[in-house]
Amino acid sequence: MDSIAENSASNELPLVCWLEDCRKDSIPLVGGKCSSLGELINAGIRVPPGFAVTTEGYRRFMAKAGVGREIQSLLNGLDIQNMNNLEEVSETIREMIENLTFSTEMEDLIAEHYRKLSVRCCLPATPVAVRSSATAEDLPGASFAGQQDTYLWIRGTDEVLHHIRRCISSLYTGRAIAYRANQNFDDEHMAISVGVQKMANSFTSGVMFTLNPANGDRSLIVIDSNFGFGESVVSGEVTPDNFVVNKVTLDILERTISKKELYYTVDTKTQTSQAIELPPERQQVQSLVDDEITALAWMGKKIEKHYGRPMDIEWAVDKDLPIGGNIFILQARPETVWSDKEKPVTTDAGATAMDYILSSMLRGKKLM
Amino acid sequence: MKFPSPHEIKDIPGTEGWERMYPYQYKFSTDDPERKAHEEESFWFYDGLHYPEPLYPFDTIWDEAWYLALSQFNNRIFQIPPVRGVDHRIINGYVYISPVAVKDPEEIGRRVPNFMERAGYYYKNWDALEAKWKVKTEATIKELEELQIPHLPELEELSVVTDAVGESKGYHLIKAYDDLINLGIKCWQYHFEFLNLGYAAYVFFLDFVQKQFPSIPQQRVTQMISGIDVIMFRSDDELKKLAKKAIDLGVDEAITSSQEWLEVTAAVKALPNGQEWLACHEEARYPWFYISSGTGWSHKDRSWNDDLNIPLMGIATYIKKLKEGVDIERPLEQIRAERDRITAEYRDLIESEEDRKTFDELLSTSRTVFPYVENHLFYIEHWFHSVFWGKIREVAAIMKEHGLIEDIEDIWYLRRDEIKQGLWDVVTAWATGVKPRGTSVWPPEIAWRKGVMEKFHAWSAPAALGTAPEVIQEPFTIVLWGVTNNSLADWAAVQDVSDPDSITELKGFAASPGIVEGRARVCRSANEIRDLQEGEILVSPTTSPSWAPAFAKIKACVTDVGGVMSHAAIVCREYGLPAIVGTGHATKIIKTGMKLRIDGSSGIVTIER
Repeated sequence: MDSIAENSASNELPLVCWLEDCRKDSIPLVGGKCSSLGELINAGIRVPPGFAVTTEGYRRFMAKAGVGREIQSLLNGLDIQNMNNLEEVSETIREMIENLTFSTEMEDLIAEHYRKLSVRCCLPATPVAVRSSATAEDLPGASFAGQQDTYLWIRGTDEVLHHIRRCISSLYTGRAIAYRANQNFDDEHMAISVGVQKMANSFTSGVMFTLNPANGDRSLIVIDSNFGFGESVVSGEVTPDNFVVNKVTLDILERTISKKELYYTVDTKTQTSQAIELPPERQQVQSLVDDEITALAWMGKKIEKHYGRPMDIEWAVDKDLPIGGNIFILQARPETVWSDKEKPVTTDAGATAMDYILSSMLRGKKLM
Repeated sequence: MKFPSPHEIKDIPGTEGWERMYPYQYKFSTDDPERKAHEEESFWFYDGLHYPEPLYPFDTIWDEAWYLALSQFNNRIFQIPPVRGVDHRIINGYVYISPVAVKDPEEIGRRVPNFMERAGYYYKNWDALEAKWKVKTEATIKELEELQIPHLPELEELSVVTDAVGESKGYHLIKAYDDLINLGIKCWQYHFEFLNLGYAAYVFFLDFVQKQFPSIPQQRVTQMISGIDVIMFRSDDELKKLAKKAIDLGVDEAITSSQEWLEVTAAVKALPNGQEWLACHEEARYPWFYISSGTGWSHKDRSWNDDLNIPLMGIATYIKKLKEGVDIERPLEQIRAERDRITAEYRDLIESEEDRKTFDELLSTSRTVFPYVENHLFYIEHWFHSVFWGKIREVAAIMKEHGLIEDIEDIWYLRRDEIKQGLWDVVTAWATGVKPRGTSVWPPEIAWRKGVMEKFHAWSAPAALGTAPEVIQEPFTIVLWGVTNNSLADWAAVQDVSDPDSITELKGFAASPGIVEGRARVCRSANEIRDLQEGEILVSPTTSPSWAPAFAKIKACVTDVGGVMSHAAIVCREYGLPAIVGTGHATKIIKTGMKLRIDGSSGIVTIER
């Protein structure tokens, strides 16, 4: 697959692009989240398919609308200490952005990508997640872009377009405006990308570490899982099932099946995920079967190999897709707790086998 | 962890005076305060690996042999800094052992340079020294094989006079017995020449890898040193060769026609190519059928050469497999490929360059020592011992002839110094022309000892006695008996259960990975493996190389004793079968026919009740 840079022969940057065309170095164009997803796809990892409205698309949208100047004038002279004022201005700007229309070219591009995505998912108007993908260099402090600018279970072209605009407008939350003002950050150099990705219809989901978070043992993979969406696991609302897998051999070493009282599923009416009590007979059922555990661990191993370091991964088993093609990776980040620790070296430099045998004999083997 | 005091263990009623069946220094005693304190403060554990049954007085020879040999190499030859030897005791016929630590840090420091120089020399020159070992050991075995046990004639041959020999058969008999014993003790000297260091290399490689990967299963470490050709598989390979040869020569149906070797020989002889096959069989017997049906430590462990029905069973199993089109070879290439993959992957996960270097060095040392650690078993425990037990039976025949014992197998109830004494009684009486005094001394004593042994058998030996230390530094203790906090706690837990029929789960060492379900077959000895059905799970006290044919039939293996380097563990890894070893009590709790689930990765046996 060609990367975006190679694709755009005439120096012209794409306005919309598929996730599989994104790479590690695509962050300025599609932000951290989308470039990392592209990276995973290209490493051979199954990720829910999707596309990104690029930062170039964002700039084109803002330029065409000509709202830049108007926003500037609203922001000029704004007293960011005045919370009421700040929220009022934020609301005005966001409303302004959300009511803008895309150019016909952009609209067609997005609609076309959405249609193709639906075909790929074998669904008429596939439900998607629309979320902002921040260009980390421009926006220090990851929390900055806000966490609420993720919209789930969005269906239909109009809804998709609308939520892309909402993601863009999230650049102008009161908090974001204040932050930039404090940092003396120039709004003109600011950019955002928006990812549109098939909703994983999770039967089971959770997180996976490619080391043992308890002791840093890199020969293990540890998986937490529960039925439904990952929220219940990530938020800690339930004690998830826990599986420990040998990274080298992919043997499942431990299975701890917990009592899982609730899970998250979609409410199709409100298009939001909501917590529901798990029927008692399912509460102590293993939420991830052995074959899935092994397949998932295999993916984890592959992801770690690709990034060359231990990883923290979000994953899901999709309800709609057949076994063998139903396990998806939603997100992969470098593991930081153990990886950033200074590792004690077990042996002294230049120690021979003899030295080690001697020093170990002197220490002995702990019995108690 | 506290275990019963060794001085609290009571005699079994009716066995009072049993101590005279063993050397006096084996008794736990309270009359010497210093010795009493040492015994109370030490940690004694039952050596069930070598002595699944109470020890017969004569068989104490090998216990004394290794009491001396292991300890001298540890303490007086290589001077392992923090540990002296391994102390021994016997209680109600069962052997308890205890590693003796060096407590004074300054003394440990003084021992270090000696250890580095001496052990270092062996590690550095391992292969060359091992080659010398083989020559020495084979020469010792040859001497044993050639040793004649003379009968006492009515009248010495005329040549004694004409050649002016100047010695009688009476003297020769005494000397032959002394030589026999001395050869045995010598072979056991060689037994430990390399073994302590071999185990140390292995133990601390394991320790190093576990420091890198705290949760690595031990079996993954042993897998890194698998796939190396060792003699242990040779006897089994000979059976496979004979099975193929039988099919090639068209004698296979005659071989599978009966389980009795004599009948099979007759049937094979009658066939055109029968003699050729029998010649191959005869050739394979020396030395490869000198393989004991047990550990070789007990006189009861007969070799294939003593009972040709056992290898016959193996040959028949392989013929059947071959005819079904099953590949009977161990998948060595596959094992090596998997070994190399696993080794490389773990190595890649090691963070620092120095640690990777140490890993490489320790791995290479472990692979160097591994063949010895396995091969010595064939030379000493199997080959030497099998011939040795035969020679002692020849001595027994003479004692029987002169009325000191009623049956050849009665000799095992005598200590080896009592036999020497008895032989003096025999030769002096023979020379003088009178009746030996022992004819009225030994038969009643032996009858009493038989009763005592029966009571010993029925007694359940506690897993450990005394006070468990915080750390164990003695390499044998760590590897062979798998004494860890966990295993002892697990054993203790099972002992605490009042109703063994309620136990649904047993824990042991995860020795070879894989999960299977199946029916149990409890086999207490190699003879019982003829009852094994295809696809059953073998449950046994321990296994030895002569059990090899069993592994072609079974789905998985569970043993009472043994660590991840025990025979069952190694063979199962080579055959890709799940194994759980060192469960402590599997043969007592599991009954033939029970449905089991074996998880060779976690070491858990689940019993379906």
